[in-house]
Amino acid sequence: MLTKRITPCLDIKNGRTVKGINFLDLRDAGDPVELAEFYAKNGADELVFLDISATEEKRKTLVNLVLQVAEKVNIPFTVGGGISSVKDVDVLLQCGADKVSINSSAVKRPELINELSAKFGNQCVVVAIDAKQIDGEWIVHLVGGKEATKLHLFTWAKEVEKRGAGEILFTSMNHDGTKNGFANEALSRLSQELNIPIIASGGAGTKEHFSAAFKEGKADAALAASVFHFKEIAIPDLKRFLSKEGILVRK
Amino acid sequence: MKIVIIDYGAGNIQSIKFALQRLDFEATLTANAEEIRQADKVIFPGVGEASSAMKKLKSTGLDQLIPLLTQPVLGICLGMQLMCLHTEEGNTTGLKIFNTIIKRFSNQVKVPQIGWNQISELESNLFNEIAENEFMYLVHSFYAESCPEMIAQTHYELDYASALRKNNFYGVQFHPEKSSKAGEKILDNFLKLEGRT
Repeated sequence: MLTKRITPCLDIKNGRTVKGINFLDLRDAGDPVELAEFYAKNGADELVFLDISATEEKRKTLVNLVLQVAEKVNIPFTVGGGISSVKDVDVLLQCGADKVSINSSAVKRPELINELSAKFGNQCVVVAIDAKQIDGEWIVHLVGGKEATKLHLFTWAKEVEKRGAGEILFTSMNHDGTKNGFANEALSRLSQELNIPIIASGGAGTKEHFSAAFKEGKADAALAASVFHFKEIAIPDLKRFLSKEGILVRK
Repeated sequence: MKIVIIDYGAGNIQSIKFALQRLDFEATLTANAEEIRQADKVIFPGVGEASSAMKKLKSTGLDQLIPLLTQPVLGICLGMQLMCLHTEEGNTTGLKIFNTIIKRFSNQVKVPQIGWNQISELESNLFNEIAENEFMYLVHSFYAESCPEMIAQTHYELDYASALRKNNFYGVQFHPEKSSKAGEKILDNFLKLEGRT
């Protein structure tokens, strides 16, 4: 049976991992390749690298990073951040990335999803959607939640599926960083209304939160950063817990 | 040992090259018929859409060459699907090596299937030291119908063939190059297969 995925997310700036990495036993905690190897060995099912470099120039280091990760890591990984053209994606996939994640570039020019899906197949096109619930309405936001759009989460999600997204990475801005659990109600609605896998993001604090994202939120994968980076949750423990909860995970 | 990866513009070759490197093997990417014929092992990769991939094979004559190869050949993902009789994707006729057809999962399940699923009913040297129900990474919307050439089975919506074998031809739906240690072991097993037919 297909298992639920546990997906650590690494924020990358100028080729280095950022956001309070607390791995004392790593030689270089800021080295994304070493961290990725650590997660792969500890049972992560896939990895996401999110490049938050401010400039185009510095993003070029990302290509090198992708090559190094592909060389060392034997599980699939997704790369996102600042990707806006077919050419960008071509380079990343050729270097060994399995999937790419696009966000604001898809909102600004939705045809990009069709173009990527036609050229590379929908299985490698992840559309990331950041949304904030305002007066009961889930509104799509850009720039890490700073800029509101006119799009509604569920209509936008259906549109990206129709245009050829292979997967949706949904981050609830209301839950992100709170460690109070995932946005299970919205997740569950996405999962029921769409026919492509949904990755839950934002709010992971405890093992129970992951369980709820899969059971109540019906998510196919759950992504988290700080709970893994700060070693609050170890992936082998998490998987044992989920397995006891009756959730299928890879052992 | 000379290992070639068939070059017909089908993405994500780099991951296969790196996986082989981790096993201390080097592979050459080539579309040259003579080089492919003379290699000890041939890997036939594939990511993307079936009808355009088949067009590329035809334009270079690789569609004629591949079925005549006599050394061990491993088709991966779309590569495996193209080795079958026919695929529903783009209503494409295959290379007719494996006697089965490729169909699309229904909308009763999420499509594509993305993630780790189990392989069972393992029946080949390809799976030496691989445990029954081992997890492999899969990402696909189309599947091979069960058939006598099946050497591994996976369940998603229904039981389907996740690996096939006929004589020197092997095909796997999953990505051994992305399936952790167990995947690397399968690649290693493939590279250890001996002889020509």
